[in-house]
Amino acid sequence: MKAEILIKQERCKGCNICVSFCPKKVLKLDTLGKVQVIDGEACIACGQCELRCPDYAIYVDKKVNA
Amino acid sequence: MGNIKLMQGNEACAEGALAAGVRFFGGYPITPSTEIAESMAVMLPKVGGTFIQMEDEIAGIAVVLGASLAGKKVLTATSGPGFSLKQELIGYAAIAEIPLVIANVQRLGPSTGQPTSPAQGDVMQARWGTHGDHPMIALSPWTVKESFEVAVKAVNYAERFRTPVIILLDEIVGHLREKVELPDAKDIEIYPRRRPDCSREQGYEPYRPAADLVPNVADFGTGNRIHVTGLVHDETGFPSGSPKVTEESIRRLHQKIEIVQDEITHYDEFFMEDAEYAVVSYGGTARTAYAAVLEARNKGIKVGMVRLMTIWPFADKIVKKVANQVKAILVPELNYGQLVNEVERAAGGKAKVKLLAKYNTEIFTPNEICTAIEDLTAEVAD
Amino acid sequence: MRSYDKYFRENRLPHMWCPGCGNGIVMKAIVQAIEAKNLDQDKTVIVSGIGCSSRASGYMNFDTLHTAHGRAIPFATGIKLANPELNVIVITGDGDCTAIGGNHFIHGARRNVDLTVILFNNNIYGMTGGQASPLTPLGKKATTAPYGSVDRPFDPCHLAEAAGATYVARSTAYHVKHLSDMIFQGMGNKGFSFIEAITQCPIAYGRKNKLGDAPEMLKWMSETAVMKAAYDKLPEEKREGKFPIGVFYNSEFTEYTTAYQKVIDLAGGAR
Repeated sequence: MKAEILIKQERCKGCNICVSFCPKKVLKLDTLGKVQVIDGEACIACGQCELRCPDYAIYVDKKVNA
Repeated sequence: MGNIKLMQGNEACAEGALAAGVRFFGGYPITPSTEIAESMAVMLPKVGGTFIQMEDEIAGIAVVLGASLAGKKVLTATSGPGFSLKQELIGYAAIAEIPLVIANVQRLGPSTGQPTSPAQGDVMQARWGTHGDHPMIALSPWTVKESFEVAVKAVNYAERFRTPVIILLDEIVGHLREKVELPDAKDIEIYPRRRPDCSREQGYEPYRPAADLVPNVADFGTGNRIHVTGLVHDETGFPSGSPKVTEESIRRLHQKIEIVQDEITHYDEFFMEDAEYAVVSYGGTARTAYAAVLEARNKGIKVGMVRLMTIWPFADKIVKKVANQVKAILVPELNYGQLVNEVERAAGGKAKVKLLAKYNTEIFTPNEICTAIEDLTAEVAD
Repeated sequence: MRSYDKYFRENRLPHMWCPGCGNGIVMKAIVQAIEAKNLDQDKTVIVSGIGCSSRASGYMNFDTLHTAHGRAIPFATGIKLANPELNVIVITGDGDCTAIGGNHFIHGARRNVDLTVILFNNNIYGMTGGQASPLTPLGKKATTAPYGSVDRPFDPCHLAEAAGATYVARSTAYHVKHLSDMIFQGMGNKGFSFIEAITQCPIAYGRKNKLGDAPEMLKWMSETAVMKAAYDKLPEEKREGKFPIGVFYNSEFTEYTTAYQKVIDLAGGAR
């Protein structure tokens, strides 16, 4: 895993913006409509999800000691 | 001895506000209040203050509310049509508890009405002009000198109670010129801007009421990072939808004024010792009423007079006392009948209450009021 | 988590905006600009009007003022004039700024008061459930324009420039970093700065006009917004359906508090 993804579930409103803009299909909404990581290995830490999350519910960082 | 000047009621209002520490004026020109703005435009920059003419009446009150929150003592001035336009933000000042003084120089309405003619038709608008429930302080001077004094009081009350205060002038006093001896600055009592009693780190909450039920809301830019809103809010200043918070905050807004009502009820009594009749009057009309009462006394009628400076909150106690003493009360007003209803309510049937209304652009003559007093004595005798 | 978190009142989050609403994106762009500009948190005041956009003030960790509908700019003017050392930022919406507050908007620009005004343009009155605003495009539907709007919209950037604003820019919720930069530059302008932030309202506007969900609306922004330099070179026929973003206008004119200081000096006063 090249990246560390932090999700603040209590802030996620399930708008699907992060899922749509993820170039590597890392994210998916779960049955309750909250974002979840389905393929963490694929994450390239591009930050597109965090950039446009209107609810400040997802944070992504490059792993320092990867 | 103070400074002797010949000046207008409007100018005296501006001088009084300045003496009380007003350093910011915003407004929009409107007859017959414009001299207040014009005086402020000249005087404020001389003391490092700010005058701004805004694009409309609403902006005129909004800009002073902003300045008040940033720490300045503020005044805006207007007349009937502008007073109507300002109402929403008068309510904003009430709920957000922002010190604000509005001088309203009454003219004949409704609408554009008679712009240069005297009237006292905004008495009820001053009390009930905004939507929702909040108390109101309105003071009405009857001389040019008192216009100065009322302005000082209004600024002090606005600061002390963090509430809008209305100077209810009328065209008569606003445009009247009299010789005035202004007090020395050292003789003028000034209520300073309230300050927080503790720091943010110590748990400061901007809308937590002090012992006098008034909150010590911090000025912007003093490191307190407060939130101010026109929504119902709790002691933190943030909106709350809670019925309990809503009820408590509306109640406190009223109570902070109710507990000082006696102290802020200002009035004069003339010839009341042996009075069997009374005239209750205010503003410019009280000048005529006083002459009429003298005339009636010369004719042997035992009539006295109560002149109200504080229009709101209404002087219930005073009127009740008068009603218990006299047979009848005459209320001359330059309107179709406004404050007379309050007098009647407070009198509670203990004395006959009669309106003398005039709404034709002309002021009363002493003779008109004196005749009305004579008629009233005859009516009571019947 | 992030260095700009301190500019939020974290205990007030999550915010009240709908799922997919772009206001949160724009609000973040503002605090990032504040951070980049290194504005003193205790000397910065956020002033907002009424509407969805204007709820932002409550989430931002400064002195904040949630005024009445349309009145943010004159309140802000009073704050700035009363204490010129304060940085005053106005957050407003399309209805708040260009309908009920339209007069204050043009006069704030005319005076060139040092305010940074950020208009959250979602083309609709969201808070009240989707009524048409002066920025609802022609033909688009709203609850008060059920057959499509026939009221010609303003271009608020043209309006700001014509009225005397000394900095005018536009960006979108898609172009977050660009938007933040537009705001940053606006904060650097000593005078009335206006930034139109195009943002999506998927619930009250998008749904009614079949514009898709929030990601679809953001994609529309990415496809139709063109950087001003490129847009200017486009032939007229290729501009159809596109709109420019970037800095449209930047000029120098005496800022109002500076101008008024001259009045004070002339009158012989001192602040």
